[in-house]
Amino acid sequence: MTDRPTTAPESGPEAVRVERPVVEFLRMYVRNWAAVAGFIVFAAIVFAALFAPVILAVDPFDMVWMPFTPPGQDGYILGTDNLGRDMFTAIVYGARATLVVGGSAAGLTIVIGLTIGSLAGYYRGWVDEVLMRITEFFQVLPPLLLAMVLVALFEPTLPTVAIAIGVVTWTGVARLARAEFMRIRELEFVKAARSIGSRDRRIIWRVILPNALPPLIVNAALTVGIAILFEAALSFLGLSDPNVMSWGKIIGDNRDYLLDAPWTVTIPGVAIFLTVLAVSLIGDGLNDAFNPRLRER
Amino acid sequence: MLLLAVVVFNFILLSLVPGDIADTLAGESGGASQEVMDDIRRTYGLDRPFHIQLATYVGKVVQGDLGTSYYFNMPVTELILGRVAPTLLLVVTALVLAILIGTLFGVIASRRPNGLFSHFVTVLALVGFAAPVFWTAFLLIVLFVAMLEIMPLSGLVDPTTPRGTLTWYLDVLHHLFLPVLSLSSIYLASYSRLARASMMDVLGSDYIRTARAKGLGETSVTYKHALRNAVIPVITIAGLQFSHIFSGAVVVETVFTWPGLGTLAFESILRGDTPTIMGILFFSAMIVIVVNLLTDLTYRLVDPRIRSARNA
Amino acid sequence: MDAAAPLLEVEDLEVEFRTRQGTARVLDGVALSLQPGRTLGIVGESGCGKSMTALSIMRLVPVPPGRIGAGAVRLKGEDLLQASEKRMREVRGKDISMIFQEPMTSLNPVYSIGDQIAETVRLHEGLSRRDSLDRAIEMLKAVHIPAAERRVREFPHQMSGGMRQRVMIAMALACRPSVLIADEPTTALDVTVQAQVFDLLKELQEKTGTAIILISHDMGAIAEMADRVMVMYAGRIVEEAATDEILESPKHPYTRGLIACVPHMEEEPPPERGALTEIPGVVPALTDLGSGCSFAPRCDHATDLCRSRAPGPFAVGADHRAACWLYDEAGAA
Repeated sequence: MTDRPTTAPESGPEAVRVERPVVEFLRMYVRNWAAVAGFIVFAAIVFAALFAPVILAVDPFDMVWMPFTPPGQDGYILGTDNLGRDMFTAIVYGARATLVVGGSAAGLTIVIGLTIGSLAGYYRGWVDEVLMRITEFFQVLPPLLLAMVLVALFEPTLPTVAIAIGVVTWTGVARLARAEFMRIRELEFVKAARSIGSRDRRIIWRVILPNALPPLIVNAALTVGIAILFEAALSFLGLSDPNVMSWGKIIGDNRDYLLDAPWTVTIPGVAIFLTVLAVSLIGDGLNDAFNPRLRER
Repeated sequence: MLLLAVVVFNFILLSLVPGDIADTLAGESGGASQEVMDDIRRTYGLDRPFHIQLATYVGKVVQGDLGTSYYFNMPVTELILGRVAPTLLLVVTALVLAILIGTLFGVIASRRPNGLFSHFVTVLALVGFAAPVFWTAFLLIVLFVAMLEIMPLSGLVDPTTPRGTLTWYLDVLHHLFLPVLSLSSIYLASYSRLARASMMDVLGSDYIRTARAKGLGETSVTYKHALRNAVIPVITIAGLQFSHIFSGAVVVETVFTWPGLGTLAFESILRGDTPTIMGILFFSAMIVIVVNLLTDLTYRLVDPRIRSARNA
Repeated sequence: MDAAAPLLEVEDLEVEFRTRQGTARVLDGVALSLQPGRTLGIVGESGCGKSMTALSIMRLVPVPPGRIGAGAVRLKGEDLLQASEKRMREVRGKDISMIFQEPMTSLNPVYSIGDQIAETVRLHEGLSRRDSLDRAIEMLKAVHIPAAERRVREFPHQMSGGMRQRVMIAMALACRPSVLIADEPTTALDVTVQAQVFDLLKELQEKTGTAIILISHDMGAIAEMADRVMVMYAGRIVEEAATDEILESPKHPYTRGLIACVPHMEEEPPPERGALTEIPGVVPALTDLGSGCSFAPRCDHATDLCRSRAPGPFAVGADHRAACWLYDEAGAA
């Protein structure tokens, strides 16, 4: 029961047994050039975030030159902002906040969503009823508005922001996990596991979860993208840690000067855009690699 | 039921917050004595036990009383009602446009699944998802306001225009253009992709083969037999995502200083005007619930299976 | 017996599908002829080209992957393969109608059955909305749907599979077509409902004189309905004869296998039929057909000749042909 019978391949001459799933998976992934590009961009961003203090001489909050120096002038590749801070430095440091908050918020989203979804989908009945009411409740509240309220009511620190994002975005994961668990729990190998007396915990974690993983992993990429966008929106609105440089914050700080110094607003936006794009391309690549048959369409 | 939950949640959230109204008010007036603080607490009923406070709060909300705004010193309900119209105008226009154009794009793309337009829709969906809505808004401002100079930068209407005249309405539309475009672009992109996938699915179904075997032309097959089935998932997702669109509206409103609930919410958060914030949270939940009911109705109109399943 | 000019004639039809595994010839040299008011049965396992033959006659083969390579489909002398798409739309539903295997999914779920029947009538006969709905009710009565006036407003999901198939028949016959193609019309239905649908088809055929092409994998159904039978295997016709003839003296080993698969076709089975059997193996993939007889890998009688060259059809009796090397000496090649 430990090997993973993924969705049963249709019978037919082309249903070839894959011998080394990991190798096959990578082969399928590498075939999708956009997904590879997404991975490279994402890796570059992670690298920049990790080594920011090593690469850069100044602090992102240091005022280094005349405010609103256009990109490329006086040796400032991306120019300076309203307080004369180096935009390039700010962008590189901004990757840290984005990745830390985006990553931990997405992690939280997945933990909450997976727990609620899997319990609801596995136990059905009143457990499902109660958990789905809770999910519905969170679906009714506009997520960003709730996140704004949560951050404002408590302290505007990075952990608060990450928790707030996690609390408002888990409903999609929960619905997906519930649907997958409801589908898989009816399959033969789960019945088999139950018939040999496996306990619920074992069935949930060792039998169903591995089979529910592919769509959840693809969804995780989406979740990271959404978390990054939420972090950007919150820091843009000034509802994040004021002592941490982030892309949304740069835009928020400079929004009043949009018409005079458009680069201070558009360039950090490009950074957000590219990061989320890279993450969703990775998600698409994973999806294709998990479901090679879908590529034919 | 859900609304009651929202009310209770709001209240619990409020009581979890460190500090209370008295602190806020006292803080604003530059410090106050313990007596004054106690007095304020009595006025707001904060000295009573938790469950009594909760019951009082729920009872008031049921009667439409959402409390008084600290900042404006007026009933929150009144304050919100004055700001609802611009928000609904923005959100509903954006939603309707996104559904209509998104579905149209999806249908066109599905006719040639490997054609140029189909690829365009795929790319559009990726770009639409990845672009933060405020960034899209700023790019549109740079293009339409700074470079082309054909769109107003912000606000609902030019204040000098006499209210209620035709020019006034046209001016509102003029001001509406950029906010709606910013907000709908994200959803337009995702609905295009969804409609494309759904159309391709439906076009492969048995009843489409039946329709062709009857001698119907491609136009009838696509727009009469396929579209009505294909639009069902789009409606489902649009209903589910409505609270997200509402969230997007908060950001878009602050970018364009659109005088709606989103701007009010944002400003109230900065001012620490808790009753207003909670009122808006409650009110937006109510709007989302109403929209979900409307989605349900649309659903019944489109899909007879739901109609009889619910009647039974 | 079949002296009159045929209503529908198919000659040397070839259809190919391009797949990632290569080009598959799904139909190879298929020919048939259908007389007015008669029933032709096409029988074979799934994937042998029965449905593709039907779709090719209607010219509904999905065209990017598929391609009608050669042949002719003549309806009253007019070659439909050469006709314009506009002309084909006139033919479909009016001259040639089709009903499908899956009554559960072949009706559009969001329109009432009345609308769906009336749509065909309006399209081909230009009737008003009201008159076409009257026709729909009339057709529902003709297929014995009780309370037709009320049910005409119902939706497919409110009906059982058998009822839906009746609706499909009503829709197909609404414009009094001269040919009805029934592609496995009863496969998805219960046995008792199957008999009802066959009785209905027979009854309507007597009334309207519609010719029927009945496609089935079930020799029993064919025996009951058809005047003539065509047996298909891997895109080719392997045997063809009058129904009685084929049941009494099947020639091709595949046909014999098919008949042996059916329990109790006659009240007293002749002793030589022996026990109920099955045909070993499966239909080969159409992309890797060799040059030999495509049935050879599953055939008890296969020789080296069978494996190297495909047999042409040989006359094996009065109006009876079989494509099998066993009969090479028996008749003229």
